[in-house]
Amino acid sequence: MSLSVTALPRARNYEALPIAIFLVLALAPLAASFGAETYLLGLFTRVMIYGIAALALDFICGYGGLVSFGHAAFVGIGAYTAGIFSAHGITDMAITLPVALIVSALFAWLTGTVCLRTKSVYFIMITLAFGQMIYFVAGSLSPYGGDDGMTLKLRSTLFGFPVLQNDRALYYAVLAFLLVSYLLLRAIVSSRFGRVFRGARDNPTRMATIGYDVFRYQRVAYVIAGCLGGLAGFLLANATEFVSPSFMSWQRSGELIIMVLFGGIGTLHGAIVGAAAFLLLEDMLGGITENWKLIFGPMLVLIVLFARGGLLGLAQSVWERLRRG
Amino acid sequence: MSFTLLIVQTLNGLQFGVLLFLIAAGLTLVFGVMDFINLAHGVQYMLGAYLAVMFYALTGNFLIALIAALAAALLLGLLLEFTVFRHLYDRDHLEQVIATFGIILFLNQGVKVVWGAAPLSLPIPDMFSGTIVLSPGILYPVWRLMIIGSGLAVALLLYLLVSRTRVGMLVRAGATHARIVSALGVDIRRLFMIVFGFGTMLAAFAGVMIAPILSVEPGMGDSVLILAFVVIVIGGIGSMRGAFIAALLIGLVDTLGRSFAIDILRLVMPPSPARTVGPAIASMLIYVLMALVLYFRPAGLFPAKGR
Repeated sequence: MSLSVTALPRARNYEALPIAIFLVLALAPLAASFGAETYLLGLFTRVMIYGIAALALDFICGYGGLVSFGHAAFVGIGAYTAGIFSAHGITDMAITLPVALIVSALFAWLTGTVCLRTKSVYFIMITLAFGQMIYFVAGSLSPYGGDDGMTLKLRSTLFGFPVLQNDRALYYAVLAFLLVSYLLLRAIVSSRFGRVFRGARDNPTRMATIGYDVFRYQRVAYVIAGCLGGLAGFLLANATEFVSPSFMSWQRSGELIIMVLFGGIGTLHGAIVGAAAFLLLEDMLGGITENWKLIFGPMLVLIVLFARGGLLGLAQSVWERLRRG
Repeated sequence: MSFTLLIVQTLNGLQFGVLLFLIAAGLTLVFGVMDFINLAHGVQYMLGAYLAVMFYALTGNFLIALIAALAAALLLGLLLEFTVFRHLYDRDHLEQVIATFGIILFLNQGVKVVWGAAPLSLPIPDMFSGTIVLSPGILYPVWRLMIIGSGLAVALLLYLLVSRTRVGMLVRAGATHARIVSALGVDIRRLFMIVFGFGTMLAAFAGVMIAPILSVEPGMGDSVLILAFVVIVIGGIGSMRGAFIAALLIGLVDTLGRSFAIDILRLVMPPSPARTVGPAIASMLIYVLMALVLYFRPAGLFPAKGR
C-alpha cells in the first residue's frame, strides 16, 4: 500500500494545531451557552466521541498501514457493554468501563490474530466481515432489544455518584478522555514501539529481517486501537442513552474512515478535525435537505479525486500558495 | 428436521449461492484485473432490479424489461467508469473505498428520490410462476429453479469466455501481470472497460432475476455486497473458479445454518436458550467460516497466481 505519509509533520504545526483544537473544544461550552445549548453540547460531545474512535483508526491506518473497515465493531462492543450492564442495573463506571475495554481488547486480539495474517485488500475485507458478524450478533440479542436496540435507564455513575448526569459534566469527561487518548497515541507513535510499527507499514520484510516480529507489534497496536474504539462506544452509549446495532453497521465503519481521510491520514489531530468536519457537515447538509446524501456522496468522490491529504492538507496547500503570493 | 425441508432448503441455498456468484463474479473480475475495490458493485445490482421494475411497468413484458434493464445498467455503469472509476485505478485501496462509498450514498439516496422509499415488486413471468413437484410431497417454486439454472448457465458461459477466448486470455494475463500485458501492446484501458461493463451487467442480471422474489428497495445491494466480498475473499481474489465454489458454499452454509441452527442446538441444550442463541450463531456462521479459511490460507482457497 503506497500511503506515503510523513511520519511527523513539521514541528510548528504539530504543536500549534492540536493545542488550538483542544482550546476550542474546552471553550465551546461557553459559546454554546449563548445559543441552543443542549443541542450544541450534544453535537460537540458526539464530535469528540467519534474523534476518539477516529484517532484510534488513524493510529492503525495512518501509522501502520492497516486499513480497518470494521472499526465500528469496537464502538458497538463498548456501547453494548454499557447498555447490557445498565439493563441489569449496574451503572458504576468503575466496573463497566474496564469491562468494556477488556471485551473490546479481547475481540481485537482474537480477530487481529486472524486479520493480521492477511494483507492489503484481504485485510480490508476481513475486518469488514468481522464487523458485520458483530453487527448481526447484536441484532439477534433479543433480550437486549434485537434490531431495535434499547434505551439506557441511567447514565454511568462513579462509586454511586451520578457524575455524568449533567450534560456539561459529560462533555468535559469526554473531552478529558479525548485528550488522554490523543496524548497516549502520540506518545506511542513517537516511542520505539511506534517506530517499529511505522517501519512495518513501510517495509514489513525489512523489519522482519532486522529481527522484529512484525505480527506481534501489529497485533498490540490493533488491540490498543480496539480498546479506544470500545471507549468511544462506551461514551457514545452514555451520551445518547441508547444503543443499537446501527452503531456498528458497515456504513459506520466507512464513516470513520471518511473522518480519518477528511482530516488527513496519519496526523492524529487530523482525525479530530475530520470527525468534526464530518459530523458538522452531516448536520448542516441534513438541515438543508433530507436528501443530503445526494450532495455528500459526490463530495466524497471530489475530495478523493482532488484533495489528497484531506482538509488540513488542502488548507495547508492553499495557505502556502497565498503566502507565496 | 424433516427430509423434505432439508431438500427444499438445500435448493434455496443453491439458489442463494448462484445469486452470490453472479455478483461476486463481476467483483472478482474487476478486482483481479484492475486491482480496484468497487464498493458500488452492490448498487449496480440494486439498479438492475429497479430498472427492471421500471421497464416492466412501461412494457408489461418481462423479457423486454430484462434486456432493457441490462442495457440501461450497462450504460450507467460505463458512465460511472468514464466519469469516476477510471481516475481511481492507480490510487490506493483506501481512496477507492471512500470514493465508491460516496457513490453508494448517492445512488441509494437517488433511488429513494426517483422511485420512493417504499419497497417495489416485480411479478414472476406467468410462464414460470407456480410450483413444480420434485418428488411426491416436495413442491418447489419454478422461478427459483430458473434462477439456479440461469446462474449455472452464466457460470458455464463465463468459464468458456475466460478459458477459451482471446479476451479471456487477456483477462487472465491481466489478473496476474497487468503491466506486462500493457507493455505487449494491449489497450489495457479498453480491456478494463470491457471487464467492468461485463461485471456491471452480471450484477444487474442478478438484480433482475431476484426482483420477483425479493422486495426491491433502496439499500438492497449493501448486504449482498458484503456477502459477495466474503465470497471472493474465501475463493481467492481474482479467481473465477474460487468465486463459484465459495459462492455455493456460502449460500448453502448460510441458508442451512439459518433454518437448522435452532434444531441442532436443541440436541445439546434446552429449547429456550437454543431459540435465543440459534439465530445469533446462524448469522455468524459464514464469517466464522471465512475466518477459518483465511487463518489457514490467507490468500483464499484458490489464490490467483502471481499475486
